[in-house]
Amino acid sequence: MTRKDYEQKIYTVSELTREIKDLLEEEFPLVWLEGEISNFRVPPSGHYYFSLKDANSQIRVVFFKSSQGSLSFLPEDGLQVLCQGRLSVYAGRGEYQIILERMELKGWGALQLAFEKLKQRLLDEGLFDEARKKPIPELPRTVAVVTSPSGAAIRDFLRVLYRRFHNIQVFIFPVLVQGETASLEIAQALSMLNRSSLGLEVIVLTRGGGSIEDLWAFNEERVARAIAASAIPVISAIGHEVDFTIADFVADLRASTPSAAAELLIRPQAEWEEKIEDLENRLAYRLKQALRFRWEKLHYFQRRLGDPRRRLADLALRLDDHSERLRRGLVIHLRNQTDGLRWVRERILGLNPLVQVRTNQSHLELTTTRLNHLMAQRISKLGMGLQTQGKALQVLSPWNVLERGYALTQTLPGLKLVKDAEAVQPGQAIRVILARGEMDCRVEKTRKKEELDFVKGTI
Amino acid sequence: MSKERFEEAFKKLEAIVNKMEGGDLSLDESLKLFEEGMRLSKLCSQKLTEVQKKVELLIKSEDGSLKTQPFPLDEEEE
Repeated sequence: MTRKDYEQKIYTVSELTREIKDLLEEEFPLVWLEGEISNFRVPPSGHYYFSLKDANSQIRVVFFKSSQGSLSFLPEDGLQVLCQGRLSVYAGRGEYQIILERMELKGWGALQLAFEKLKQRLLDEGLFDEARKKPIPELPRTVAVVTSPSGAAIRDFLRVLYRRFHNIQVFIFPVLVQGETASLEIAQALSMLNRSSLGLEVIVLTRGGGSIEDLWAFNEERVARAIAASAIPVISAIGHEVDFTIADFVADLRASTPSAAAELLIRPQAEWEEKIEDLENRLAYRLKQALRFRWEKLHYFQRRLGDPRRRLADLALRLDDHSERLRRGLVIHLRNQTDGLRWVRERILGLNPLVQVRTNQSHLELTTTRLNHLMAQRISKLGMGLQTQGKALQVLSPWNVLERGYALTQTLPGLKLVKDAEAVQPGQAIRVILARGEMDCRVEKTRKKEELDFVKGTI
Repeated sequence: MSKERFEEAFKKLEAIVNKMEGGDLSLDESLKLFEEGMRLSKLCSQKLTEVQKKVELLIKSEDGSLKTQPFPLDEEEE
């Protein structure tokens, strides 16, 4: 918005107040303020109302009862104080004021600033980094406590610790926890414990509640450095819940009170025992399950495989069954075959060759008789014909011709009938067959037919 | 007593239980893991009571070493 806008706009009182409130509260969220207390008053509500003033100005201040817990002195008019608070506009009265969160006497205010500066420096240096924090052993057996041996802190710590866990050793390193030398003693204690041969697993740095002044040793740099340098994990438990010291920021673990430190240090013994028992049970359960799974698998396979005895019994039954069926089959088959045989036999009997032979024999006899008869007829007929033929043949027989003086000439030894003189050679042996006997002769001379055309006529 | 630290033994035991609960193990592996798990479990139980309760005050001696002396406890508080 420009100045011009402001001039042109007409605000209601509430609007303007709201804008002023927003502007102021945003611009001064948390401020450190130094001044003198004046007009201090406490109404029945318990809240503190006063003004802070210097030579020229004053500002209204409210310190609510709920914030007064950290206050280490009773305010009164005229005290120089250092305050921290938020600027707030109270619209109902058109007033602005500081709502305080803490207030220190002026000397302590300077320390507070130093605290903030150291905190910032160590933060920038990385001393508070989570990555630097060493893990606390889950079951530390040997613990050192750096504290006042006469304070309530160590009593609280031990009481809670041994209520939770019995088997643990505690070494108390006595130190002053407030005063000029406290921070030096604490730093030395930390470094000595780190060099000791006690086998320490954790160091607890603790003291009970007190004013910020009382706790100041734990805000000193040498303590912070000693904690950071410790190879043994450090648990801090300083003051009450609301108190935060530099030591708390550097420590590997911060407990709000000494009792809380004991609780963070170790789990109750019973819890450990339960945990171990639970793991054991789960282990045993899994093994049982693995075994049961195998058994079931085995049984399954056994079922699938079948009992060999049952299988044998099955086979025996099947064998019996098949044998019986085979036997029955054979009987039926045999009966069938017997029937067939009987039929064939009857047929064969029907075809008895004796019967046939007998039948055929009578037929043969009949036929033979007829044949004989016919043969006799035929023979006698042929006989008669033969006689006639014989007579005729006799007439034509060469023997008859030979009777009449003719001769047959055969070559020797060929016995070929010689019909031509040229078929023989002079000197050749010939046989001449006569009507009665024969003569073996030798050819003297041959003459061709031409030389004898008369001969036939002559004879 | 075994040198094995409680924390390591306990972590191993947890890992073994997780592995067994993951399944897919041969029977042989299961048995081996079970045996190892039971051993670790016994070890952890032993470790819990391995150390006896003791509270001592450390005293700086002149040579800079630390000596111990028993620290009186308020027995009625326990």
